[in-house]
Amino acid sequence: MLQRLSHLLGTETLSSEQIAFILDQAKPFQEFQRHPLKKLATLRGKTVALAFFESSTRTRISFSTAAARLGADTMALQAESSSLKKGESLIDTVRTLEAMRPDGIVIRHASSGAPEFVARRLEIPVINAGDGTHEHPTQALLDALTIRDRKGKLEGWNVTILGDILHSRVARSNIHLLSKFGVRITLCGPAMWVPRELEKLAANVRVVHRIDEALDGADVVMVLRVQTERIHEPALAPDEYIAGYQLTPARLRLARPDALVLHPGPIVRGLEIDSAVADGPQSGVLEQVTNGLAIRMALLYHLIGGAAADAPHPAKDRSNASD
Amino acid sequence: MRVVEKRQLLSAEEIGRTLSRLAHEIVEKSGGAKDLALIGVRRRGVPLSERLAKQIRGFAHADVPVGTLDITLYRDDLSTIGQQPVVQSTQIDFPVDNRELVIVDDVLYTGRTIRAAMNGLFDLGRPRRIQLCVLIDRGHRELPVEASFIGRSVQTSDTEIVEVRLQEIDGEERVVLVDRVP
Repeated sequence: MLQRLSHLLGTETLSSEQIAFILDQAKPFQEFQRHPLKKLATLRGKTVALAFFESSTRTRISFSTAAARLGADTMALQAESSSLKKGESLIDTVRTLEAMRPDGIVIRHASSGAPEFVARRLEIPVINAGDGTHEHPTQALLDALTIRDRKGKLEGWNVTILGDILHSRVARSNIHLLSKFGVRITLCGPAMWVPRELEKLAANVRVVHRIDEALDGADVVMVLRVQTERIHEPALAPDEYIAGYQLTPARLRLARPDALVLHPGPIVRGLEIDSAVADGPQSGVLEQVTNGLAIRMALLYHLIGGAAADAPHPAKDRSNASD
Repeated sequence: MRVVEKRQLLSAEEIGRTLSRLAHEIVEKSGGAKDLALIGVRRRGVPLSERLAKQIRGFAHADVPVGTLDITLYRDDLSTIGQQPVVQSTQIDFPVDNRELVIVDDVLYTGRTIRAAMNGLFDLGRPRRIQLCVLIDRGHRELPVEASFIGRSVQTSDTEIVEVRLQEIDGEERVVLVDRVP
């Protein structure tokens, strides 16, 4: 059936079958979010280590809520209080966490490639919750789920991504994922954030610097946050960015009438997006948050669940086999 | 290991007659069809629950809601098996609170599936009563679970398998007893 996933490091290395499988498996967990009693015992006795070396609110809460709803426990390491501040190396920190015997580890790190570095050295599944400017695969998966839900399918749409593409791991994960489904991707933003070379990232990617042209005929518009904390020298003054690239109601009218607007959050209202668009009927922003829980529950279930690799007796059990 | 068919337990006609009898029994023992709802356990409990509901609607002239329950997340063997089984959707679009629920499955065996199904239903609310309807009871219980409505009870050995084949899923309609031989 599906080649067993041992880690989730990025969307670039996933096959379209693996992506479709994860999206399909998120569906029962979407339904589960509407249950009056949101607590399963499915992963009871399992522990998920949340190693956020870079600060995070929504992704960390989403992962810890997903784990809790599956019945797993979490142990959290936070950037502000971590021993990293005392000079401990990444590998020493994660080895210490591993010695407490978690069944999987979710990592966010400011350095691109940190999750892969850790995955090569630990025995447990590693989930990338965002690494530098490299990938943020669970965000791309929840975006894909939202597109599929709202527009009926994933294949064949015109998706426009607006903002600082060069420094965005969200954009990179989305580009790799969407291009596997024949999506035509248009990248748009100021030239120093959207260099022409990005067209080589995947198939069906084009770079456009004029927003009117980029939005023309778009089925989905993904707006990225302007990451002031990641860019040390603001390459563009905020009013210039607003004038050139803010998604306003007037600009959104250039896209298809039923175009879906996505934003990974946190939203800076009045900078990259106008409030009327963020709160408008075409916005999928809050569905993205709920879908994030479903995607993360599906991933934790498949990656962390099951017998531990060193389990002494993988019991043969006929009991739940269907006759 | 080969699988050989030993004998047919029910023909298509017998399945039809059995379901008709079960439908009447369910309404009789539930004090009418009011508040009644059927829950089909994936996979083969689903078409069975739909057929039963159709029959009940026909003679009791009451709307009997039908839901579909996937028990995967409630299985008790998940921490002992290697690859996690695929999760299917649960679709129960009505409140279960104060309902007379009847869980419908094809074969009652160890009872573990039904234990899991009850756990799943409790997460959706507090039914007034849960009863169980199965087409075949083959014995070998590992939990204190019994069915309220049974199509046919069959003596089986541990190596035998009861295969319920339904038109909607298998393209044929019969119940057979098969055995695993080395």
